[in-house]
Amino acid sequence: MTAAAIAAAVRSGERRAATVTEASLAAIAAGEGEIHAFALVLADGARRRAEEIDAQVAAGQDPGPLAGVPVALKDNLCTRGVPTTCCSRILEGWLPPYDATVVKRLAAAGAVVVGKSNMDEFAMGSSTETSAFGPTRNPRDTSRVPGGSSGGSAAAVAAGFTPVALGSDTGGSIRQPAALCGVVGMKPTYGTVSRYGLVAFASSLDQVGPLATTVADAALLFDVIGGRDERDTTSLDRPAPRLASVVGQGVEGMTIGVLAEYLEGADPAVAGRIAQAAEVLAAAGARVEEVSVPEVRLGLSAYYLIAPAEASSTLARYDGVRYGLRVDAEDTAAMNVATRSAGFGAEVKRRIMLGTYALSAGYVDAYYGQALRVRTRIIDGFAAAYERCDALLGPTAPTTAFALGAKLDDPLSMYLSDVCTIPTNLAGHPAISVPFGTGADGLPVGAQVLAPALAEATMFKVAAVLEAGAPAVGAGS
Amino acid sequence: MARITRDEVAHVAGLARLRLTDDELERFTEQLGTVLDHAADVASLDLAGVPRTAHAMAVTNVLRPDEPRPSLDREEVLRSAPAVEANRFRVPRILGDAP
Repeated sequence: MTAAAIAAAVRSGERRAATVTEASLAAIAAGEGEIHAFALVLADGARRRAEEIDAQVAAGQDPGPLAGVPVALKDNLCTRGVPTTCCSRILEGWLPPYDATVVKRLAAAGAVVVGKSNMDEFAMGSSTETSAFGPTRNPRDTSRVPGGSSGGSAAAVAAGFTPVALGSDTGGSIRQPAALCGVVGMKPTYGTVSRYGLVAFASSLDQVGPLATTVADAALLFDVIGGRDERDTTSLDRPAPRLASVVGQGVEGMTIGVLAEYLEGADPAVAGRIAQAAEVLAAAGARVEEVSVPEVRLGLSAYYLIAPAEASSTLARYDGVRYGLRVDAEDTAAMNVATRSAGFGAEVKRRIMLGTYALSAGYVDAYYGQALRVRTRIIDGFAAAYERCDALLGPTAPTTAFALGAKLDDPLSMYLSDVCTIPTNLAGHPAISVPFGTGADGLPVGAQVLAPALAEATMFKVAAVLEAGAPAVGAGS
Repeated sequence: MARITRDEVAHVAGLARLRLTDDELERFTEQLGTVLDHAADVASLDLAGVPRTAHAMAVTNVLRPDEPRPSLDREEVLRSAPAVEANRFRVPRILGDAP
């Protein structure tokens, strides 16, 4: 059942939020042992919240557009008084003293939070294997990874635990797991969703967004969480989005570019699905043409200098002084070192090291400075493409879900699984991944729609047409 | 650019306030070298005159009225601190020789 259908049924009194919540908790109880989508299941809190919503309905009040909808929250979204760990040992035991703005907006819309979902430690990873609490498995094939870093959120939706979830996307962390698990995942324009209470990884790239089973549900969730927040000074001063109504308006008259560079490294079966997706758009009345943005080839290198550089700065706050883990030592400086060395996992250390190096004396211009100039070139490259095209189409990930353990000890090969998602973050643009059939191995393929900054409406129209024309995912689960 | 050395990795770890085991030093030297080799395509480009982008959707001078308002609850914040004394964060000795 979709989030939209649940909310309609709960608002009309046809279905109780408590019944919906019990069904979600029962699905989690049955499948979580195998999937491990959650760092924490909040059964009691969810039941209490569902009762409040049912009481509102009984009293003739409207709980909101997400009335009674069970939601999974990525564990880097702060929840007041409820553990928020980023799946890192260094934040174990911390109880945030405030809610993230998106969490408040979900609550105000009537949603029921059923758990905090598993993730790569501090969102650094593409497989959810760097979580300090162990990996999540892909519900479509449990020998495979769900992607990452929002792998727990994607798996929760794919497994039917919750109809929708929130994730965060710094270099593809919503879209890539959505593609690998066969669900919809959207990264909004930078600044359209508040980052207040999203634990920072790379502040110029991070953005919160929805995962869902349908494009319409993703739009519904985005409408709820988006809009200006004075607590995030990077949030844009624009009217709150209203996208649920544009889904279904079609693509007639649009020009859509198939991004050649994104097909270069793609698995042939994945590339074949994108060609098929282009045919669906053409059949629906869009003009489809091949487009080249050569600058995106530099995206991966630029990202793996910029994101670690920002992370080395944002993660400096984990020093054992104010929250989370402390490993005692004879003085404060030694305590800082002991705490960080014990609390961070290997991938987080690797990125802190990479970022510190890229910012260190003698290298800062050659690495970090150059990467920022490449970022300008990528933005210019996309701008040239958007002079001709309303939106771009490509694969979300170059392959379908890979086996657990396959890339864990080879960072560069892991990083390459984000090659088609990273340029969007560097440009600050929106993009969405829509399930579009399967690869040769029977596992889901994601078609990615990219759009210029603030052109979410265009993007959702294209996504809805792809969704309607997509071959079934159908892989045995 | 020359490949990153084990000594440089150890130096960077110090800057980042991390202590690495011999095994981590070994592995990180190799892995950071591989990632930096890949980044050579960026490092070697001639981009003279291209401006830097630090924020894609740059917003400047975000102000709000300077009015007092409640901040986080002190007790709630301190409840998650590793050590507290007299309503403050307690830390080990600060002054003295660096480690």
